[in-house]
Amino acid sequence: MSADQDKPKPDKLLVEGVSKWFRTPRATVQALDDMNLRVTEGEFVCLVGPSGCGKTTLLDIMAGLTRPDEGRVVADGQLVEGPGRHRLVMFQESALFPWLTVFGNVMFGLKRKPGLTNAERRDIADAHLRLVGLEKFKKSFVHELSGGMKQRIALARSLAPDPQVLLMDEPFGALDAITREHLYQDLQQICRERKKTIIFVTHNVREAVCLGDRVFILSPSPGRIREEFRISLPRPRDINSPELAVIAQRITQALKFYLVGSRDAAA
Amino acid sequence: MKRAVVVIVFFAALVGIWQVATMSGRWSPVLLPPPRAVGEYLWAALSDGTLVDAAMVTLRRLLIGYAIGLAIGLPLGLAVSTSQYLEDTVGALALGLQTLPSVCWVPLALLWFGQTEAAMLFVVVMGTVWSVVLATSAGARTIPPIYARAARTMGSQGFDKWTRVILPASLPFVVSGMKQGWAFAWRSLMAAEIFVTILTGFGLGHLLQYGRELSAMDQVIGVMVAIVLIGLVADKLLFSPWERFVHRRWGTGLI
Repeated sequence: MSADQDKPKPDKLLVEGVSKWFRTPRATVQALDDMNLRVTEGEFVCLVGPSGCGKTTLLDIMAGLTRPDEGRVVADGQLVEGPGRHRLVMFQESALFPWLTVFGNVMFGLKRKPGLTNAERRDIADAHLRLVGLEKFKKSFVHELSGGMKQRIALARSLAPDPQVLLMDEPFGALDAITREHLYQDLQQICRERKKTIIFVTHNVREAVCLGDRVFILSPSPGRIREEFRISLPRPRDINSPELAVIAQRITQALKFYLVGSRDAAA
Repeated sequence: MKRAVVVIVFFAALVGIWQVATMSGRWSPVLLPPPRAVGEYLWAALSDGTLVDAAMVTLRRLLIGYAIGLAIGLPLGLAVSTSQYLEDTVGALALGLQTLPSVCWVPLALLWFGQTEAAMLFVVVMGTVWSVVLATSAGARTIPPIYARAARTMGSQGFDKWTRVILPASLPFVVSGMKQGWAFAWRSLMAAEIFVTILTGFGLGHLLQYGRELSAMDQVIGVMVAIVLIGLVADKLLFSPWERFVHRRWGTGLI
């Protein structure tokens, strides 16, 4: 659909045959079943599925926070064996640290990145606060911010150390619709400027269509990747546009089809 | 301003009631000296240095013992939070020893260390350490796991993770544990000083006990007032800054 099919870019992140089981005293539940995913540099990939489909588990495995029971994750040709600052995660609810100021939070990852002077770190942190439009709040404390502001700071914090891959776990799930729309615009603009590789997990199909170059749908128990959709709408996209709604509806129908399928299989 | 007036009126009223009670003549002035006599004792004891010297001896024991208690208690508490085995063993020990009134350590300390500073320090450390262990491990266990996960992805691990993430994240718990540890240490030290003469230093507790032996009620009440004031000042100096820090940063305690 675009020029990069002719000249394939190298894989930024490769998920190969990943399976995961959770063992509780009562039962063993399979969370992920043979997941495969190939993400190239600069791509925005969305994973959509209902709760319980293992999206977050998959993201944790890609981040290196959880180990897969089978299969492997390769980032930039290197096997992922633990968390690293090349793949930062922006979490569901705000994982900002309340004991630090806004500035201190953005500095946290930077301070742990070698090869920078402290002046450079401060400049980078300031630049990222400007990027998310919150430079006036650098001395504020986390509880003084609204939900939308918190997630902007979380975005600045995960972008500041310049990770190669940004993993986003339903980052806007707890926000109201209007704040969310603002953040869609911001995120698209930041992606265009910074050319980040992003893997974005959500249960909101429209959100996925609005943000993603490719959208994968997942079905639950156990989590499986079912189908891939390539979204070729021009950017920046408006989540309320009718063209987007048409695509979102098609994906939703596909998602429902797989949901019914997995329910029947379970029954 | 208004708050200061309320405070002054309240304490003036307390002293006033005391004054009226002594003037009524129902109680012997030997048992209930007038406020003025206590004030005169405090002034004299401050002027000739006995009160300041005794307070310094006591505070030195308290601060050194407390610092040792924290230095043991904080890392031990963090360690207990990491492992179910440590929780079942050291955690249970801490819980048991915390319920033991720390004055119960005095006889043991005297037999082990004799009538020395070491005995006093030991009692203070035992008063401090268990509260701090319990509070720190409870704090580290209840912090949202997402903090630790976010820190790990940002490259924080090992010592850095413990000192820069787990410990600050547990602060709301740790501060209340430190405060409780301080209170226990203070009480046990006073009990120890009243209980035994320590040859290496003459503390506030001894001063209080001497007041009783001399039947000098003005001294007894005067030293008690001094102990209360030191407790208040220590609270303001040692803990209020931390509590303000926690309230401001976590946004708690706001009405």
